[in-house]
Amino acid sequence: MSGFDIRVDNLSCNLGGKEILSSFTFDLPVGKYTSLIGPNGAGKTTLLKCMMKFLPISGGSVEIRGRRIEEYSQKKLAREIGYVPQDAGRSIPFSVEEFALMGRYPYLSPFSSITEDDRRIVKSALEMTGTEEFADRGYDTLSGGEKQLVLIASVLAQGPKIMLLDEPSTFLDPKHTEMVHRILDRIKRELNVTILVVTHDINSSIMMSDGIVAIKKGRMVFSGEPQEITLPGILDKVFDKKFTYTEHPVTGRMIIVPDVMQ
Amino acid sequence: MIKRNKKRMLLILLTVSAAALLAAPFFGVEKITPETVIQMASEDVRADIFWQIRIPRVIAAFCAGAALALSGMAFQALFRNPLATPFTLGVSSGSAFGAALYIQLGLSFSILGITGQSVSAFISAMMSIGIVYGLTRLKKGSTTATMLISGVAVNFFFASLILVIQYISDFDNSFRVIRWLMGGFEIVGYSSVVTILPFITVGSIIIMLHINELNLIMTGEDLAAGKGVDLKRLKLYIFVAASLMIGSIVSIFGVIGFVGMMVPHICRLIIGYNHRYLAPVTLFSGGAFLVICDTLSRTLIAPAEIPVGVITSLLGGPFFIYLLITGFSEKGQH
Repeated sequence: MSGFDIRVDNLSCNLGGKEILSSFTFDLPVGKYTSLIGPNGAGKTTLLKCMMKFLPISGGSVEIRGRRIEEYSQKKLAREIGYVPQDAGRSIPFSVEEFALMGRYPYLSPFSSITEDDRRIVKSALEMTGTEEFADRGYDTLSGGEKQLVLIASVLAQGPKIMLLDEPSTFLDPKHTEMVHRILDRIKRELNVTILVVTHDINSSIMMSDGIVAIKKGRMVFSGEPQEITLPGILDKVFDKKFTYTEHPVTGRMIIVPDVMQ
Repeated sequence: MIKRNKKRMLLILLTVSAAALLAAPFFGVEKITPETVIQMASEDVRADIFWQIRIPRVIAAFCAGAALALSGMAFQALFRNPLATPFTLGVSSGSAFGAALYIQLGLSFSILGITGQSVSAFISAMMSIGIVYGLTRLKKGSTTATMLISGVAVNFFFASLILVIQYISDFDNSFRVIRWLMGGFEIVGYSSVVTILPFITVGSIIIMLHINELNLIMTGEDLAAGKGVDLKRLKLYIFVAASLMIGSIVSIFGVIGFVGMMVPHICRLIIGYNHRYLAPVTLFSGGAFLVICDTLSRTLIAPAEIPVGVITSLLGGPFFIYLLITGFSEKGQH
């Protein structure tokens, strides 16, 4: 098998007569953390939805672990890919444990019930995300940061080889942002899960990622090592905006600051 | 703690349901006590009343209530909205239109012993629910709100057609349509029970086999699909199950409103959102509720009857508002 978990080849997607993705090609290497950046409305979420079979593909192909997505049922796909959508004020009227147990759905038939194995897997998913302490609490009573961790836990319970996360840290405070990053890094290292994160946090993505892909108006405009995104002019072109590059006073790492309005 | 409370509530609800089912046949104009049932001879007229009228009527009311509540529960979960039930989406007026059309055209036929009025109502009930289902599929990414509105539009459309029919029809036909719109179990025998039973059984089994999916879809369509739920298939199955059940019930017993919206919602406030418990509780509560309503409908102003559809709404409305005002909803959701 190839060293890629996902291969997107020449992918196009039309929604309501408008081309959202055009000839998009990129690969996700096994066990690597890739960040997907780009302006609002560039097609980042649409790309994830095409990879999840939520939206029909108008052209090109998506291959998941060597097989085209058309060959997967939604249930079989859920055993390979865990999808964490944007939280955006959803209500989940279940306890954290009940919700995490739903992550085992891809392995259930209408006649089977949750086994001890399922409970063990869910328990370790809660432990890994540090959410076991609120297992009995209602999801809706949690803070935004805690909710994000629980969403990751329930996806982890699916036992996925790939995780797609849509802006997991956009609405989080710095502490919870760091927690999410640490947990994703642990999932990558310990479980060898391939991770794709949609993010607007460019500095974190340079620190966290093995590779960065940039998308603009439905086309791929950059793909490369994290350091390469800091080469002059690249980010400016992606976001149509000037950026300032400077060094972190303590770590000496390159950091990127959007130019502020004078 | 929560779990123990739920188990207790479950036990109470099941006990009340069983009690209602067992006690209902003994109420009525003719006094029949358990002793008389055991002692009376088979040629006694009271034996006929008990075994040939009251027992099938109670069974019919129970089956209808259970099926109305269960299909309402499934729709509310599917669209994550307590207002989305087959009835609010136009099935009631759709089926009523079929019945009204049959009455007005002065038709008279029957298929396999089922009256033409029932067949006509069943077909138009399926048609109206099919229109709503088609609308949800037609527009990609249509929201629950647009679906609800289109359902309401379908409802008004058929309601207006009924008005047209009533306007041009004579007094007698017009009254028959109105009476049918109120629902009732007056002329029930074992044959009506036998007619609806296959539809209700198949529909209930389909819904019961989708308990995990109904739980998942409560968390949002994207999360449910991400965890492997085939949304298109789920919607199709739930629509088919609900239309079989609702279609058969309204075609035989007329329009019985409120049960499908209120019973599952109240059960959800008490039991919570987990359909593993919610589905069986809704099934039994719906059955028991309609048995109680039907018992009231034939005893309150006996020997006359109040149409059962009137009772369900008169009883349900205030109770529903009481639950909302007392803030029971917050306690119910963990």
